[in-house]
Amino acid sequence: MIVDQTAFHAALRNPSADIPTGLTNDKGAPAGSRFNVYRNNVTTSLMDALSDGFPVIHKLLGQENFKNLARDYQAAHPPSSPLMMMFGAEFPDFLRTHPGLAKLAYLGDVAEMEYAMRRSYHAANSVAIDPAVLASLDETSLLASTFQIAPSVQVCTSAWPILGIWRFNSIVGAPKPTPKAECVLITRPDFDPSPEEITKGDVALLQSFANGETLETALIAAQTIEEGHDFGRILQCLLAGGAITKIDTKG
Amino acid sequence: MFDQLPQLPCQPGVGYKAQHYADILKNADPVGWLEVHAENYMGDGGRPLAQLQFLSERFPISVHGVGLSIGGEGALDQDHLNRLKTLCDWLQPTSFSEHLAWSSHDSHFLNDLLPLPYTSGTLTRVVDHIDQLQSLLGQQILLENPSSYLAFAESTYEEPQFLEEVASRSGCGLLLDVNNVFVSATNLNMDPYAYIDAFSLSRVGEIHLGGHDEDTDDNGAPLLIDSHGREVADPVWTLLDYTLDKSGSLPILVEWDNDVPDWPTLQAETVRAQKALDRVYA
Repeated sequence: MIVDQTAFHAALRNPSADIPTGLTNDKGAPAGSRFNVYRNNVTTSLMDALSDGFPVIHKLLGQENFKNLARDYQAAHPPSSPLMMMFGAEFPDFLRTHPGLAKLAYLGDVAEMEYAMRRSYHAANSVAIDPAVLASLDETSLLASTFQIAPSVQVCTSAWPILGIWRFNSIVGAPKPTPKAECVLITRPDFDPSPEEITKGDVALLQSFANGETLETALIAAQTIEEGHDFGRILQCLLAGGAITKIDTKG
Repeated sequence: MFDQLPQLPCQPGVGYKAQHYADILKNADPVGWLEVHAENYMGDGGRPLAQLQFLSERFPISVHGVGLSIGGEGALDQDHLNRLKTLCDWLQPTSFSEHLAWSSHDSHFLNDLLPLPYTSGTLTRVVDHIDQLQSLLGQQILLENPSSYLAFAESTYEEPQFLEEVASRSGCGLLLDVNNVFVSATNLNMDPYAYIDAFSLSRVGEIHLGGHDEDTDDNGAPLLIDSHGREVADPVWTLLDYTLDKSGSLPILVEWDNDVPDWPTLQAETVRAQKALDRVYA
């Protein structure tokens, strides 16, 4: 009676499957419910990892609902890597498409923001530019420059007030969210990811930077989507968050 | 061959938790070294790596892998081997250890340490995987005995003999988890003292201690769960004394991974480990 790992694994993943013959208890008899210790360890440890990674979703859903969803999620999307710090990449989409959550359509976007906070937390370190560099450039050179953004910077967009919801459920005394679409910039000035609200024009600008386009092109992209876009404001945000790592005047 | 046992100090160590960072820097006594789970330090940057670097300038560090699946039937995950290599090259830990267990199958990671049958087939596979790991890291590793909730009818080796064979063939050292010995012995109706008597104590480079929970199986037999969520149980401390009387002083790690307490509570456990070491010197 050889129990290979394919059989062991199949029985682990299916709580109603028969326990493989050849596993024994203290008396040499079939192992019975002892096998469930391993089933529980796998399920519980993955549910805990998901809860650690999505504390706001856990709070919004409550313990029982979250546990049930987490159980379904790890059955549908078992981790493919031992790096639990990044477990849950498909959780936002799982929430968006879950038939039971159609009335809580914002959950997926809030989960995406939580995941973006985690990506920011574990991103590579980088050195921010000295803001004086900006003052040293004339307008023509500046417009022809490209801006390199730190790996810890993340951007989320949503038709719901994701930052308001996140703050209300993470920070004691934070105001109730008001219904509106929100775009969020996450920077990591020191080691703590810090989210703040930005505009649609800012998002277009940052997307342009990410594509390696010049400031001039990026400003046009921002103005196109948001008339009267305020570049000064987003520039201050980026500098304060240490988010610009290089200004390349060669374009 | 990497025939030198790692040189962690024969003092208490703790499984490092980020919430204890400031406390440890203020007053670690009697803790002389720290152990970290390798997989928690495989991000690209940020606070975890910065804290680890700072701590490594003050304490010897033991890197303890929980995700390589050394006992897996398939090949070792090359990406994960590379990550371990990157971490160890950067950190230069004093010791590296992993488990006699499997945790991945068909590219699914199960986040648990799963049991193996002790057969000649398993032995060959585990030795091959340890060879591969030690060659990559360029250092001897320690392999830890598991906690067991069931046994395999097909096993032909007792666990201490199996570990001795793995160690003698691969040149690895052993990490003796005394709590795991007590848990497995209780669960499988064996004598934990006979297990220690049969264990190659001269190959042991580190001891682990952790808390367990008490349950029963469907026949009402005691079933201990290796939960790492409470104080080390009294009979495990007694088994530690018995072990140290035979082995001499060793580095002793206190693990507390779930329901992590405040620093003074964990520190009290390390004081108890120090007392166990003091007995050996006395």
